[in-house]
This record gives sequence, C-alpha cells and structure tokens, in this order.
Amino acid sequence: MSGIVHGVTGDWEIVIGLEVHAQVIASAKLFSGAATAFGAAPNSQVSLVDAALPGMLPVINRRCVEQAIRTGLGLKAQINRHSVFDRKNYFYADSPAGYQISQYKQPIVGRGTIQIDLPDGSVREVGITRLHLEQDAGKSLHDQHPDSSYVDLNRAGIALMEIVSEPDLRSPEEAGAYLRKLRAILRYLGTCDGDMEKGSMRADVNVSVRRPGDPYGTRCEIKNVNSIRFVQQAIEVEAARQVAVIEDGGKVEQETRLFDARKGETRPMRNKEEAHDYRYFPDPDLLPLTFSQEWVEEIKRSLPELPDEKKARFARDYGLAPYDAGVLVDERATADFFEAVAEGRDAKQAANWVMGDLFGALNKAGTDIGHSPVSAEHLGQLLDLMADGTISGRIAKDVFVAMFETGKAPAAIVEEKGLRQVTDSGAIAAVVDQVIAQNPDKVAEYRSGKDKLFGFFVGQAMKASGGKANPQAVNQLLREKLKG
Amino acid sequence: MSLDKATVARIAKLARIAVPESELESLAGELSGILTWIEQLNEVNTSGVEPMTSAVAMTLRMREDRVTDGGDPEKVLANAPERTDTFFVVPKVVE
Repeated sequence: MSGIVHGVTGDWEIVIGLEVHAQVIASAKLFSGAATAFGAAPNSQVSLVDAALPGMLPVINRRCVEQAIRTGLGLKAQINRHSVFDRKNYFYADSPAGYQISQYKQPIVGRGTIQIDLPDGSVREVGITRLHLEQDAGKSLHDQHPDSSYVDLNRAGIALMEIVSEPDLRSPEEAGAYLRKLRAILRYLGTCDGDMEKGSMRADVNVSVRRPGDPYGTRCEIKNVNSIRFVQQAIEVEAARQVAVIEDGGKVEQETRLFDARKGETRPMRNKEEAHDYRYFPDPDLLPLTFSQEWVEEIKRSLPELPDEKKARFARDYGLAPYDAGVLVDERATADFFEAVAEGRDAKQAANWVMGDLFGALNKAGTDIGHSPVSAEHLGQLLDLMADGTISGRIAKDVFVAMFETGKAPAAIVEEKGLRQVTDSGAIAAVVDQVIAQNPDKVAEYRSGKDKLFGFFVGQAMKASGGKANPQAVNQLLREKLKG
Repeated sequence: MSLDKATVARIAKLARIAVPESELESLAGELSGILTWIEQLNEVNTSGVEPMTSAVAMTLRMREDRVTDGGDPEKVLANAPERTDTFFVVPKVVE
C-alpha cells in the first residue's frame, strides 16, 4: 500500500478525506428521553418523538452537547457557542420524519487538527474541517421476508457526531493511522466507544487522484465502510479504478459508491444523484444552540491526558522509542497497565514485557488487557524477582506462562515449582564438572580451538540444572574449568 | 425568478407529491409568483441585523440525560399499517 498509483502514463497521487460518524455516549437520545443501549428488543427504545408522530417536539439532551464540546476540545478545534440545527430532507423507511435533524452551515465545532503517527515513527498534522451533531436513523432488515423490509427505530434519534477531515490524507496507511488516532482520542475522552463492529463508528471515504502538484481531481464518496481494514482496501481499489478510467480517456464522475469487500470492488449506488438534493433549512422546532464560555472552560478542565501528550510523556520520562510509546498509549487501559508495571522499575523492561509476552499471550487467548489474567501488580512482582536474582530471565518466561494460566502471584509459582535460581557456586560447580565428565570428546575439540562449542556446554549445564542455575555463574565456572 | 415545468416536476418528486402533468404549468406560475415576493424581500437592506429566530427572546432549553421515555413498543406501533412482532413492516426498500 502506498500513496502513489503507478499508471501506464505515469504516477498518480491519491487524495483522501474522511467523514466519520461517531455515536455519542449518552444514556438518552439527542432529542428524546428514550434509551440508547445496544441490542434491545425491536422498537422498545422509541419515544413518539423518534417515531415522528404529529405534534411531538424535540428537546435537546445537555449531555450530548457536552460530549460534542468535549470532543471538539480534544481535537484542538474551535468551539462555536452559537450553532444551528437544520433539517436534511430525504425519504427512507427507517427515517420516519422524512428528514434528519443535523447541522449544516453553522456546526457546533469548527476547524481543528489530529496528529497521526506513521510507521516510520514520524508524525503528521491532519486538518479537521468541522464536527456537527445529528440524529442517527433507524435500522432496516431486508433479509427477513421476500418482499418486505422490517424496521426497528431503536437507533433512530441517537446522537451522532459527524467529524469531517480536510482532504489531507495521501495513502491508505495514513487513512488507517487517522482512524486509529481519532478512535483513541474519542475513547480517552469517553465520548464514543469507537466500536466499528457494532457500528458506533462508521466512515464515508472521499477519494480522488491527481498528478502530483496538480489541483484536486473529481472525487467519489464511498459510503458506510465499517472497519479500518476495509477503508484501506476501498481506497486502494477505488484509486486504481479512477486511474484506469482517466488513462482510458474517460472522466471520473462525482458519485456515491459502495465498497464490496467480498468482490474487492466499488460500484455506484443505484439511487440517482438528485436524491442527494437535501433541501436543508433551519429546523423551526429548535432555537439556535447557545452556551456560555464558562461551561466550555469547565469541560476543558475535566479533559484527561490525551494520547499525544501521554506518548510524549512516555518518551520523555521513561526513555521509550516513539513507536513503542505510541503502541502503549493506543488504549488507555494499556497505558495505565504499563505505568503501573513501570512505576519504580526499569521502564524499558516493563515496556518489553507488556508489548511482548503479555500482548502475545492476550492475542493468543483472544482477549484484551481489560481481561488480563496477569495483573499489573503481579507482572511488576515478576520483574522484581528477576531484578533481585531470585529467578533468571529464562525462568521468568516460564513463570509468566504459569501466571497467565492460573492468575497466581509469581512468588507463589516460583516456590510451588521450586524455580528459585541456584546461585550457590558449589552446586553449580558440581553440575559443570558433571557436564565436562560426560562429554570428553567435545572437551578435547574445544581445547584444540573449537571455541564455538562453548555455547553447547552452557546449554548442557543449564539443562542439567533444570534452568535454575545462575547463567553468569555457569559461564564463569565453565570458562575456568574448560581451560583445563 | 421563474420556474420551468421540469424544475417543478423535480421538486414534486423530491417531496414525494404526485403532480399530474396537466397541473405542472399552473403550479410553475404560482411558485414563480412566491419566489418573486421573496426576491422583493431581498431588496431590504439587512446588513448588521441579527436573524430573528424567535418572536420572544429565548434560548434553546436543554434536557438532562435521563431515560424518561420509550419501553412501550405497542404504543409506538399502534398506528402501523403492518407489523410483525414488534417490527414495522414496509415494502422492500433494499438498495
């Protein structure tokens, strides 16, 4: 994957902008008192406002406004203390009012930025155009009946934040990095759970191609892509399609397309462009949304340390490489876990254990750090046992496996299994003597100059001690005794 | 500003209102008349005048984030022309 498409007639640059719909974390809906919980029985979380029965009036949920402001502050964006709700008019079975309440010309949040982390360790600023509040639609089920669709309005009216980026992204990787960073920020802020599988974060992807340095080309919008991997695939496939169209002497039509992951293609949506004439107008049921600067300041004071700041602090205070720091701050739970392990210990060693053994074991078990059988406290104790020489680094790996399986404290496992490191030089000397006595020909070869065999003797001695001998002591004694 | 028949037909389609071909001409005339009145209003100089959003000076009232509604699918579905379990049933609308 790269940002350049090599066409027959030369290179083309990909230009990408993303519109992300993020479901706001709140107990009730944006304009009604119905619940927002996922997975409830059909139409059991619907008020008459959500069902658009005549005479119902929307009343805005303060928490949703607060969450939008909070997100805007997290994106270092301009907060508009005066914004307006508009009606976006279209007809679809899961939108009972015949319009969606959204914000058009005057959104609650204006320009901001997101810093994305690239694989080579560099960072890049991506512009945020705006963030606005709007209602989600209901859900249609098309596969339950041959000629009917079933409609569930539980989702109708739940608050969404639409977060629009500038066309600043240049490759599928950058689009992926942008989505990961945005998701991390939303999760740290607690304004959206970022769960793309459940649809609480969805992306519309705008793609165009151009000769490097030329003005922007005509873009196509790929609707409702629901995983980061699919977003990246869709960009690749769509950019290649556009290059092929242009190089064949054709013209890219501005249109809305769907990504089919199974076939690996994008195709135009069947409805005609005219359906996208939304005839926005200010919603006469709602006054402009206004709030005080004091409220904004109060929300600002309650912001947590965000991923970028945490990453900078990890690199500065713990001496971690930027990439490692970036991996650790991706999830707040991971960052907290790491800090608990690193506190008062060797931070780099702590980072290696968290990202290596722990992540490996969690992945293999198909679980996450929130459900880790090894607590941060226990992993810290394991590091302490290595630091004070109770166990060797090699034995620590075995102890960790047992900790992961049983959830027990490392000291208990060391005692139970008798894994305490042997540092008594008399006992180690006995093992070394035994190994030398058992391998007379290897000893002769070594003494005649085959230095490489040293590793063989170390291995044999460690094995004979059940891995418990102190490796430094084994090395030293072997060297002395092999001299003969 | 004057609207032609094609524009009126398109607006009608977007609004899901069936307008017979025979009425398009007269409707175009009526709508053009309304637009002319609006254009006349546009002649008034409103620079420096805040848009009026309400007849009384009020701000948007906010509701606390509490679940106070829902939980009654029967009430929501009471007027549904067709239903299965607690789903609304509509003609197939798959894209």
